[in-house]
Amino acid sequence: MKAIEVKNLFFKYEKEIILENINFTLKDKEFMAIIGPNGGGKSTLLKLLLGFLKPLKGEIKIYGKNPKENSHIIGYVPQHTNFNLDIPITVFDVVMQGRLSKGKFFYNKKDKEIVKEILNNLGIYDLKKRKIKDLSGGQRQKVLIARALAIKPKIIMMDEPTSAIDIKGQKEILDLIESLDITRVVVSHDIKILLREVDKIAYVNKKMILHEGPKLNIPKDKHFCEVELIDFLKVNECGI
Amino acid sequence: MWDLISNSIYASILLSIAIGIIGSLIVINKASSITGSIAHGSFGGIGIGIYLGVNILLSTTIFTIILAIILAFITLKLPSRKDSLISVIWAIGMSIGILFLSLSNGYHADALSYLFGNILLIDKSDLIFMGIVDLILLISIILLYNHFLAMSYDKEFLSLRKINTNLLYTYFLVLTSLTIVISVKSIGIILILALFTIPALIAEKFTKKFYQMIILSGVISLIIMISGILISYFTDLAPTPIIVIIASILISFIF
Repeated sequence: MKAIEVKNLFFKYEKEIILENINFTLKDKEFMAIIGPNGGGKSTLLKLLLGFLKPLKGEIKIYGKNPKENSHIIGYVPQHTNFNLDIPITVFDVVMQGRLSKGKFFYNKKDKEIVKEILNNLGIYDLKKRKIKDLSGGQRQKVLIARALAIKPKIIMMDEPTSAIDIKGQKEILDLIESLDITRVVVSHDIKILLREVDKIAYVNKKMILHEGPKLNIPKDKHFCEVELIDFLKVNECGI
Repeated sequence: MWDLISNSIYASILLSIAIGIIGSLIVINKASSITGSIAHGSFGGIGIGIYLGVNILLSTTIFTIILAIILAFITLKLPSRKDSLISVIWAIGMSIGILFLSLSNGYHADALSYLFGNILLIDKSDLIFMGIVDLILLISIILLYNHFLAMSYDKEFLSLRKINTNLLYTYFLVLTSLTIVISVKSIGIILILALFTIPALIAEKFTKKFYQMIILSGVISLIIMISGILISYFTDLAPTPIIVIIASILISFIF
């Protein structure tokens, strides 16, 4: 089953072409990492997949429908650094937001049970009464992942999930992403993600170069390392 | 004494409910400059009301709601120009007010009283309108509490849940404009922003949940207003600046 299908996608901002002729498909429960240089268009691609932006040309299907129609099955994890930390809001309140939907004004007992279960699974139940401001970067990122999972999504999309997090926290977040049994799309400038069990790697720098499994072994893959990553990493070999 | 200040005490209670709710939403949405723009722009509604000889409360309500909708459009559709355009609306509203006042016959001391406000001059009809706006605000915050909180925290995530965040934000600004209308006569256009934001900023520091912030902010604004009224009564000084100075002293201890 196709989770994502992108055909001949173009995107332009003002007069500049940001993405050019992007094509790929991702199957149900596959894990795709989108990497590339800053300003190369990887976050723009994520916003197009989420339906926040409209393509100039081309087609995006998320489980057979356009992103806006199927936004309720997408769990989105933005960067944890983009939030107003002064808002008086607890971990539990943030994760409960995943249970909001159109026409639903109040949470019910089932919503609370779902959220408790997710907090337990992610090992952050003890933090539920803590104010978001009082958490570490890694803990905040886990809260945002928990909120996305509270939707009970078929697909989760993450924007730089390991940015501004210490090494231990990065490992925990990557372990968590790897363990999820749903379709995953992760935008990252952190190449450590390539060491994980990714099914597809998209290198985005206006155009996309897609590298796919069955099982990827990045350091040994000469074409990918030498031709694409060299430019990205500005090194002569893949120092992963 | 009670006969002289009873209406202002009732007004303080009703205003503190509105300020607790709207002030907290303004602070967590970082909407102070938009609020300042609507508040100052509301002078246009006052000027038009005086010129046409219609009920000032009605003309100001309609005018500020229009301003709120325009500002919502600017904020949502032209975010990169938001800062400058908010200031433009601020000035246009005031200019319209001054223009219509100058076109009106006679001297309008009452128009100037809206700039500085006087909570001791509140009458029964003002209290009734405050009560109606409080009711709208209470129903809105009870029904939309989770939506408002989610919008303030992460608008993009809420839009993925198929909730119309643009409409929700516009509604928040309309509620803000109604709160401004009921506050103009008591607090005055120039000082509204201070009383809307200072109690909420203090409350934000000491609360873990948003509903606690709303309640604490309302209580702080009530204490500040009643203290201001009493000091004003016994010293014969104008109440609004006393209220704002008390609020400023309080916040200076917090930050």
